[in-house]
Amino acid sequence: MTINGESVSAEVDSRLLLVHFIRENLDLTGTHIGCDTSSCGACTILIDGKSVKSCTYLTVRADGANITTIEGIAADGTNHPLQQAFHDQHGLHCGFCTPGMIMRSIDMLKTNPNPTEEEIRWGISGNLCRCTGYNNIVKSVQQAAKEMANPKEETV
Amino acid sequence: MIPAKFDYHKATSVKEAIALSQELGEEAKYMSGGHSLLPMMKLRFATPEHIIDISKIGGLSYIKEEGNLLKIGAMTTQTDLEHSDLLISSYPIFGDAVWLTADPSVRNFGTIGGNIAHGDAANDQPAVMLALRATIVAEGADGEKSIPIDEFFHGFYMTALEPGDILTEIQIPKAKKNSGGAYYKMERKVGDYATAGVAVHIELDDAGVCQEIGIGLTNVSAVPMRLDRGEEVLRGQKVTDELIEQVGQIASEDCEPESDLRGSEAYKRSIVNTITKRMINKALERARN
Repeated sequence: MTINGESVSAEVDSRLLLVHFIRENLDLTGTHIGCDTSSCGACTILIDGKSVKSCTYLTVRADGANITTIEGIAADGTNHPLQQAFHDQHGLHCGFCTPGMIMRSIDMLKTNPNPTEEEIRWGISGNLCRCTGYNNIVKSVQQAAKEMANPKEETV
Repeated sequence: MIPAKFDYHKATSVKEAIALSQELGEEAKYMSGGHSLLPMMKLRFATPEHIIDISKIGGLSYIKEEGNLLKIGAMTTQTDLEHSDLLISSYPIFGDAVWLTADPSVRNFGTIGGNIAHGDAANDQPAVMLALRATIVAEGADGEKSIPIDEFFHGFYMTALEPGDILTEIQIPKAKKNSGGAYYKMERKVGDYATAGVAVHIELDDAGVCQEIGIGLTNVSAVPMRLDRGEEVLRGQKVTDELIEQVGQIASEDCEPESDLRGSEAYKRSIVNTITKRMINKALERARN
C-alpha cells in the first residue's frame, strides 16, 4: 500500500485492523482509537480519497490502496487549510477527535466544496466530539471551505 | 477488539468467489463493505473460519434503468446511492433511507447488497426493497437465480441465499408516472439502528386512485415485514385521510416489536402508527408532483 505518499509493504495477520497497523506497525499515532465500534470516527483516515473508520477495516483489504492519515496532509510543513482553520477557530479542546474530524472533512469538502452549516453537521455526523459542542468545529470547516475554494497560494 | 482468527481469501470474480466458497465450506463468509460483518466479528458474534473478500470484484457497482427495470449492482455503496442523479430525481425513497443509514464514512464502504444479504430486520434497505417490490438476483454454484423480495427473508440473519450464493443485483420495477415513495426511521442518534422505520411506495392512476402500494417496516419484527393488511386497505381506493388513519392503526397492531433500550413495545407501536401515516402522505405528495 501507499501511505502518505510512501510505499509500505508488510506481511500481517489477516485479523489485524488497519488502525492497529497504522498506529503500531507504522508508528503513525495521529490516528486515534476511540470507541473501536465505528461510532466515534476518531480513527478516520482516507482510503483512495474516501473517509473510512480504520477500526472497521482489515489491513489485508488495504493491499494496494492509497492511504492518507492526518500526518500526510500538511505540505512541506505548512498546515493544510483544515488544520489551520481548526487552529484559528479553536475547533478543538482536548484534540482527541480532531484528526478524525479533519480527515472526514477533507472527503466532505471534496464532494461538496461549499456546504451549508446543516450539511457540515450532517457531514461530520459520524464523528463525535465530547468537548466543543461542535460550534467551533463547524466554523473551522466553514473557514477551510472558503480558503480551499479561493486558495491564497498552492496547497495540497 | 480483535476478531477471532480466520483465513483471508481474495476473489477477483464472482465465479472465483463461488468456487472458493464451495471449496472452503459453510464456515466461509463473503465480505464486501465489511461494515456489518466485521463489527460482529470484533464482538465475536460471528467467528467465520474463512473470509472471502469480494470487494475487489469489478462490474457490480452500477445504477441504471433497463427496459422496465431499475437495476442496482450489489456492490454499489450507500454513498453511490446518495449521489446518484437518477435516484435523486426518480427514486427519492433511496435518498430518504441512505441519509438515515449509519454515517457518511460508513456509507463510503457499506454496500446495498450487503445491507440486504445480511438479513437483518434492523437494516434500512430491506423495508425499502419490500415497498418497491424488488427482485434479488444471486449467483451460485448452480447458476443465476431471481428471488422475489417476499421470499427472500427467512429469519434472523437468514435469507434465501444458499451457502455460496452471492447477491449480484437488485431489480426494481421502473418508476411509473404518478408514483412516489418515502422512508423514515426514528433513531436515537446518528448511526443507530431504527427504533422503528417505515418505507412506503405508492402508484396512482390519473384519477388519483391507488393502483399499487408497498409498505415495509424496519426493526419491529424478527424478519423484515410487509404490512399486507395495510396495503389491502389502500389498493384500488382513492386515498383519504380516514383510510390513512386506518392503515396507521393496522401498522401499530400488526408489527411485532419487542421492548428494549430503544423503547417499550407500546412506544414502538405508537411511533410505527405515526411514521406510517406520515410516509403515506409524503409518498402521495411525491406521486402527485
